[in-house]
Amino acid sequence: MLEGLVALLPQVIFDGLLLGFVYAMIALGYTMVYGVLELINFAHSEIFMIGAVVGVEVFRYLGPAIPNGIVVLLLALLLGAIISGLMAMVVERLAYRPLRARGTTNRLVPLITAIGVSFVLQDVVRFIEGLWHNEFKLQMRVIPPLDGNFTFLTVFVQYKALILILVSLLMLFGLNYLVNRTKLGTAIRAVAQDMSTARLMGINPDVIISRTFLIGGALGGVAGVLFAVQYSTIDPYVGFFPGLKAFTAAVLGGIGNITGAMVGGLVLGQLETLSGTYLPTLTGGNFGTEYKDVIAFLILILLLLFRPQGLLGQVVKEKV
Amino acid sequence: MKRLGIVALGVFALGLASAQSNVIKIATQSPLSGGQAALGEQIKLGAQLAVEEAQARFQKLGFRLELAPYDDQANPDTGVANANRIINDPDILGVVGHLNSGVAIPSSEVYARVNLVMVSPANTNPRVTDRGLSNVNRICGRDDVQGPAGAEFAVKDLKAKRIFVIHDKTAYGQGLAENFRKRALALGAEIPNSAFVGTEEKSNFATLITQIQAFRPDLIYFGGIYDQVGPFAKQLRERGIRVPILGGDGLDASEYERLAGADAAKDTYFTTVAGPISQFPKAAKFAQDFRAKFGKNAEGFGVYAYDAANVIISAIETAIKQSGGKKPSRQLVAQRVRLVKLSGLTGEIEFNSKGDIKVADYFVIHLDTGKYAEQKLLKKVSIAAPR
Amino acid sequence: MNRQTANIVVLGLALLSLALLWYVPGALAGALGLVGVVLAAYLRPSMSVRAGALALLALGFTLALSQVPRVNILFYGLVAVLVALITIPGVPRWIKALLGIAVLLVSVPIAGFNNTFFLELGIQIGIYAAMALGLNVVVGMAGLLDLGYAAFFAIGAYTWAIFGSPQAANFLSGSFPLPGNYFYLFMALAIITTAITGLLIGLPALRLRGDYLAIVTLGLGEVVRVLANNLDHPVNFTNGPQGITPVSRPDIGWFHSLMSSIGVELDARTDYQFFFYLLVLVIIGIVVLVNINLGNSRFGRAWIAIREDETAAKAMGIPMLGTKLLAFATGAAFSGAMGVIFAAQRTFVSPESFTLLASITILGMVVLGGMGSIPGVILGAAALTAINTDILKSFSEYLNNLRQAGVLSLPSQVEPAKYERLVFGVILVLMMIFRPQGLIPERRHQLEIEEAKEAQR
Repeated sequence: MLEGLVALLPQVIFDGLLLGFVYAMIALGYTMVYGVLELINFAHSEIFMIGAVVGVEVFRYLGPAIPNGIVVLLLALLLGAIISGLMAMVVERLAYRPLRARGTTNRLVPLITAIGVSFVLQDVVRFIEGLWHNEFKLQMRVIPPLDGNFTFLTVFVQYKALILILVSLLMLFGLNYLVNRTKLGTAIRAVAQDMSTARLMGINPDVIISRTFLIGGALGGVAGVLFAVQYSTIDPYVGFFPGLKAFTAAVLGGIGNITGAMVGGLVLGQLETLSGTYLPTLTGGNFGTEYKDVIAFLILILLLLFRPQGLLGQVVKEKV
Repeated sequence: MKRLGIVALGVFALGLASAQSNVIKIATQSPLSGGQAALGEQIKLGAQLAVEEAQARFQKLGFRLELAPYDDQANPDTGVANANRIINDPDILGVVGHLNSGVAIPSSEVYARVNLVMVSPANTNPRVTDRGLSNVNRICGRDDVQGPAGAEFAVKDLKAKRIFVIHDKTAYGQGLAENFRKRALALGAEIPNSAFVGTEEKSNFATLITQIQAFRPDLIYFGGIYDQVGPFAKQLRERGIRVPILGGDGLDASEYERLAGADAAKDTYFTTVAGPISQFPKAAKFAQDFRAKFGKNAEGFGVYAYDAANVIISAIETAIKQSGGKKPSRQLVAQRVRLVKLSGLTGEIEFNSKGDIKVADYFVIHLDTGKYAEQKLLKKVSIAAPR
Repeated sequence: MNRQTANIVVLGLALLSLALLWYVPGALAGALGLVGVVLAAYLRPSMSVRAGALALLALGFTLALSQVPRVNILFYGLVAVLVALITIPGVPRWIKALLGIAVLLVSVPIAGFNNTFFLELGIQIGIYAAMALGLNVVVGMAGLLDLGYAAFFAIGAYTWAIFGSPQAANFLSGSFPLPGNYFYLFMALAIITTAITGLLIGLPALRLRGDYLAIVTLGLGEVVRVLANNLDHPVNFTNGPQGITPVSRPDIGWFHSLMSSIGVELDARTDYQFFFYLLVLVIIGIVVLVNINLGNSRFGRAWIAIREDETAAKAMGIPMLGTKLLAFATGAAFSGAMGVIFAAQRTFVSPESFTLLASITILGMVVLGGMGSIPGVILGAAALTAINTDILKSFSEYLNNLRQAGVLSLPSQVEPAKYERLVFGVILVLMMIFRPQGLIPERRHQLEIEEAKEAQR
């Protein structure tokens, strides 16, 4: 079987690429928020999940009405980005800003709040879906032409996979442009670097932070829609593992570093898919596919031990 | 304190719930929420129908018969917590449940403390009755028969040589898959270690599918529940792999079709211990009543739960007579259940000394059009429970 | 309200409740009694009235429970009395101790013998309280955010489960299961193994800054769970997702005789429950003593220094890694010991009991109660365990009764018993925003807040 698997390497790499892009987009949300607030926004995985749910519902209701899959997808992406982005802003406003206003330096408090928000969002979505459709597992109905496919050099490529790659690349380049070439981007970078000085320079940190959440949330929402289209079955708890792994990816690339998050996401997606596919055969079935989740954590732990600044990050000295 | 507010919510229910001595309840424990709710709900509804039909008879005996459904969320901790509540309600004289063997096993230990009888319509793991508890019975088959039955079908009827086996890492799925594999290997099939994979993955099966592609099997066997196998089938077919899928009774739900899509559900076979309603001639009226009352079709374990509840009900009736018209003890009810001889809708029900039904039926179903409602019964075998 | 009025109100309410609880026991009387406890705590009557009212109410709850054992609110009344005893100042210690012991050793068993659910609840509260106290050392005192605490719980539980059941025969020669009385030995063993594991994990992890530590511990918690779920091949250590059952329990023949000699007859329903209940009480007592002593020792002060300002603590010469490791290992040890009890009491373990939700729940108990505060953490444990094990499910049953009566019909996906995460999440968020020092703040926090209030005036 090993030879068969080796022959399928291009397929595996392609699958890893898809997963990697999803992780990359989610990781961006984590890294941006961490950059400005030094907060691990646990709730971001639920923002991602909300995007996925929005995607499913858009396809459920607009799918029959508009037979063109591309159009429905664009609408879903737009709606997902808006709703997730707004949700992220709401969370920031309600749960994180009151803590900032209090001025505590205790890092535990915002972290615990983030975890709480994450749980609340999971169950709220579950409740809404339960009440609305009495369903727990939501099924994505993909419509043509999205469900077409072709084979390219032994790699089985679905149209929806291509779209995932395309949209991800667009989003990534767009974000890069935003952060490096626009005034908002400069403001975000300023706040991330030194909030008090930025304030002295006339930047309102609250507004900038809000916008950061909006952008990060929108990216997460887009990632969610694409995830739902690609993997087609979601439930309210689907955000947890991808969120955790995406955070690992962000740390892998260097937390706070946007290019790092992209790189980290792609690398992690590749590693996970490679290990998931080859590990069982290489170990004769002793370490099965399920260890791929563990791989992500082990990488994280090793990384934090030996190179906490990640691949592309810089060592930051803690000032008193 | 803030706790007061929360507790106040429970006040009325608990205040009103004082034990009246002429109430008899039958409890059900099954997953009523989460991914397996479709199967669990059927268990509750089937038992509910049986209870409601028997209420008039019990009224004549001077008792009010009620159903007490519990949601075990397919989680052993929840099942055990519910079990602790159940044993402390003296009105509950029997439990119909569970769906998941991994939940039934620890919960039944709790019931055993007070000799509360449990009749399972759906637990197929051999361990459930192999422990020899006198209060545990089941009216369905076992995985050490269902698995090999599937293997016989796979090798002899489907002529599969290379089989890729997947399981969901639960007591049920892994047990079933292991039993399948043992028999399939003995019959000459090829299932190397690397083709026996356990996974808890629910969304992204890409790595699993790639392994399947490399292995080029004739058949895929999946010991799991529909909420996992459905999405798997969908992604598998999307990749263009049309190898047939064989599964166990965890696939016996119309939700499978919904999650996989009718196109992907084509070419799915499954063994089940719960035959389709059409198989049971006496069940036509049951199916009608079920649909009229609950607005959905009886499927999966619905009719088995109905029979399980009736087993307990008839045992209670006998026990009442034996106690001179008074409410019987749980021990007596458990004893009468073990001695029961009932002509149920699913067949003749009689238990052996371990609590297994003496002869159980196993069915092989084919979803050839992919639509659950159009399933075809390919085979039915009646096999005595192993000793 | 001046003291005179408060005295009259509280005493009057207590007497009224007692009368109702004796003659008309039920949920309403219980509710009235609870109100009495709350007022006794908040209205500041004189010390003797306070003590007297609480004693009367405890008596009332006990009497009611002996008559209507299935009314849960009465049990919570007893819990409320205990909490009130811990938190109200002014009443002399010996009175508190006496009343507390009376409630724990007389009232609860009386309730429990009629309804073993209360003993089960008591045991669960006890186990989680002991673990929360352990996490309290790590998070509350030393300020190290550990999101994978359930991992130590799992290690302790599996340690006993593997050797106290036929499981070990899969990879070791020898006769297994070990006889039940090895249970005590294994508690000690589990303390050692989990402490060592804590050290091993802590050595690399504790060099990291707060947030990173949180993620690493979360990752490690998940790794342990995945390992527990998968170590059934190539060698079957943990039996994977099927879990390990049955797990032996210690012999309690001596306990039966002891109880008979004081006139208490035990049967199959109550014997082990009562035994474990008393065992858990003893363990909590030990854990609390250890916690208090640690808190007052130089380690405790070092931890608090690290928690408040790590850089300053470093500058003062406190050895970072060593001190943190001690906190981590201590917390782990508590968890390990409780894991053994957990495994023996339920006679089965499965990886599903040790998920992230479990770790976060314990963290929630610490946060809700008050980080660093021993009575607070116990209260937090009682509250969250009660919500999780009982209240949500009772609410579900209540809604279910409504549905059977035809009044209300909700889709089954919406029943309350599934929404524990929502409840925890809301509690965590609200606590952090409005009362981050917890329900019963640590002395130090309390002083800080009072100082801040002074400064504002």
